[in-house]
Amino acid sequence: MYLHTRHILAALVLSGILLTSCQPTKPSVKIGINAELTGEMPAVGASCKQAAELFTEQVNKAGGIAVGSEKLPILLSVVDNSCKADQSAAAAQRLISQDGVTVMVGPNASSCAIPAGEIAESLGCLMISPWSTNPKTTQDSQTGKPKKNAFRACFTDRFESPVLAAFATKNLHAKTAAVLYDVSSEAPTSQSALFKEAFEKAGGKVVSMETYSTGDRDFSAQLTKIRESSPDIIYLPAPYNDTPLIAAQARQLGIKAPFLGSDAWSSPDIIKLDAGKNLEGSYFCNHYSTEAATPKAKQFIADYTAKYGNAPDDVAALTYDAMALAANSIASAGKTDRAAVRDAMASTRTFDGVTGHFVYPEGAREPAKSAVIMQIKDGSFHWVSTVEP
Amino acid sequence: MKYLAQQAINALQLGSIYALIALGYSMVYGVLTMINFAHGDVFMLGSFFCLLLIAIVPVPFWLALIVVMGATAILGTLIERFAYRPLRNAPRVSAIITALGCGLVIQNTTLGISPYARPMPHLLDNVTYQFAGITVTTLQIIIIGVSVGLMMVLDFLIRKTSFGMAMRAVASDRATVSLLGVPANEIIAVTFAIGAALGGAAGLLYGMAYPVVSAAMGITVGWKAFVAAVIGGIGNMRGAVLGAFILGTVEVMTVAVLPSTYRDLISYSLLLLILVFKPHGLLGKPTIHKA
Repeated sequence: MYLHTRHILAALVLSGILLTSCQPTKPSVKIGINAELTGEMPAVGASCKQAAELFTEQVNKAGGIAVGSEKLPILLSVVDNSCKADQSAAAAQRLISQDGVTVMVGPNASSCAIPAGEIAESLGCLMISPWSTNPKTTQDSQTGKPKKNAFRACFTDRFESPVLAAFATKNLHAKTAAVLYDVSSEAPTSQSALFKEAFEKAGGKVVSMETYSTGDRDFSAQLTKIRESSPDIIYLPAPYNDTPLIAAQARQLGIKAPFLGSDAWSSPDIIKLDAGKNLEGSYFCNHYSTEAATPKAKQFIADYTAKYGNAPDDVAALTYDAMALAANSIASAGKTDRAAVRDAMASTRTFDGVTGHFVYPEGAREPAKSAVIMQIKDGSFHWVSTVEP
Repeated sequence: MKYLAQQAINALQLGSIYALIALGYSMVYGVLTMINFAHGDVFMLGSFFCLLLIAIVPVPFWLALIVVMGATAILGTLIERFAYRPLRNAPRVSAIITALGCGLVIQNTTLGISPYARPMPHLLDNVTYQFAGITVTTLQIIIIGVSVGLMMVLDFLIRKTSFGMAMRAVASDRATVSLLGVPANEIIAVTFAIGAALGGAAGLLYGMAYPVVSAAMGITVGWKAFVAAVIGGIGNMRGAVLGAFILGTVEVMTVAVLPSTYRDLISYSLLLLILVFKPHGLLGKPTIHKA
């Protein structure tokens, strides 16, 4: 056959594509971020991404992570899980199999962290969740023993719920409590069950346990039922965009009892969405407070605020610590081999992060660390007390 | 007793909003025999248009309602003209897929523009009245009042005006109607506009009642209103309203007397049961389809 012009053209185009796709890849440490950038809690995903990017920038400016004899920069891969379980598993799959990350940081929402943890476990990649407090994230669903590859940077509901129950009975002098939670979501369901257990062990009585489903906006039926039971306090482990709605409807129905929240309230957006100031005076449990900050935390807060214009919330602070834990594990392993990095993480006993002092007991996947009780007052979060483990 | 009365008010409010949206589904099904799955997202845009309007120029409630209804009416007409009319004679499945796709496009465009939930600013002073142990707010009164008012206007329009007669004619036999000189395309366009306007009104009222607006808020409510329209007899206006109030009441009353975890299970089982005994819905009539 003759060599037509179109053959030459095709050959040129093909070689062009091949040449541009064959870029020499610089050696780097790949860390994946599995975050809730869209969906029910985009503020959480944004905080996570921003903190991860800040950490990466700081480490890379100093030359990178010391892996063996050389210093390698961090290459961050950010994937959105839309706060949905199936997308979270797909995101984990993509980060681990396709992007080849050494460590996955995230997801934050427990309903996303649990399926992502399953993927990380089966593919043998270290996962550190900054914010997921549900015990199931790091537990093997069949054996009940801790998963090999799933760790977290925060305390679990098993620590948080008794802290809140103790605060309710001792500081708020509550004898009866009502609980309203999202039955179709992992985190609120486990938190409510543990709170009920802890509250009743502390001598209180849960007079009303009502539920709703994700996406519901009308809680008047459940709240009317709660009003009938006249509780001293209402435990509301709902995320930051549902809580103002529930509080507004409760106040409209004439319920005067104070609200008590979980760490799901921690986004400052909760105050922005609470136009009627119905949450004024309410308390919740958090992972860290900008007011009770250590010098290390103060430095982080200053850097974050300088780069992004607003103070970091607990998700940002925990992500920063999770990234540090990941970087330290890689450095102490001396190589980017996933099993070695995982073993290095498992042998970490103590760590000092911006959210406080972490102690990982032998075989534990979550740290023992302190919690803070916060109050929403005058349109911002105020630190009330710190509870040590 | 006053507990049940309070729950009845809650049910009325929920039912009113479902009714406004269900009417949109029934109207479109009546004239085109297709389910407009994008309707839930038009409802969501009603809330967003209100947000946008208030951000540009703070207007009183009644003016916001008129403007939002107008805007969603235009949107409804545009959707019909560019997404559904080209598929007028296509297989039913294609029209359904287009409708679903339209809804997804609207949802994701809004998500792209506004990924975060936004608070709806106050349009009215909400006063809480307490009498005989029951609380009622001005907001609840307005929602129920406006919904019932709009429904009555629509009912009058359909039953007592010549336009309404033309709509019913198009619904019963579209082909013959054009032979008789009735402009079927225009009637369909106006029907869409009215249905969308009602959905927009529902969106504004919903945004006022539950003042956190997000791009995904139309999904659950849209589906529930669709279920309500089917229960009442899809294509029948009064049926849509009846179905919506039944759904609202069943949802609220199951929570009122049973543990709230069973709400969705019981509500939808009851509704399935209604369909088993009345497959065409409560007010629907069996239609004979010509081959």
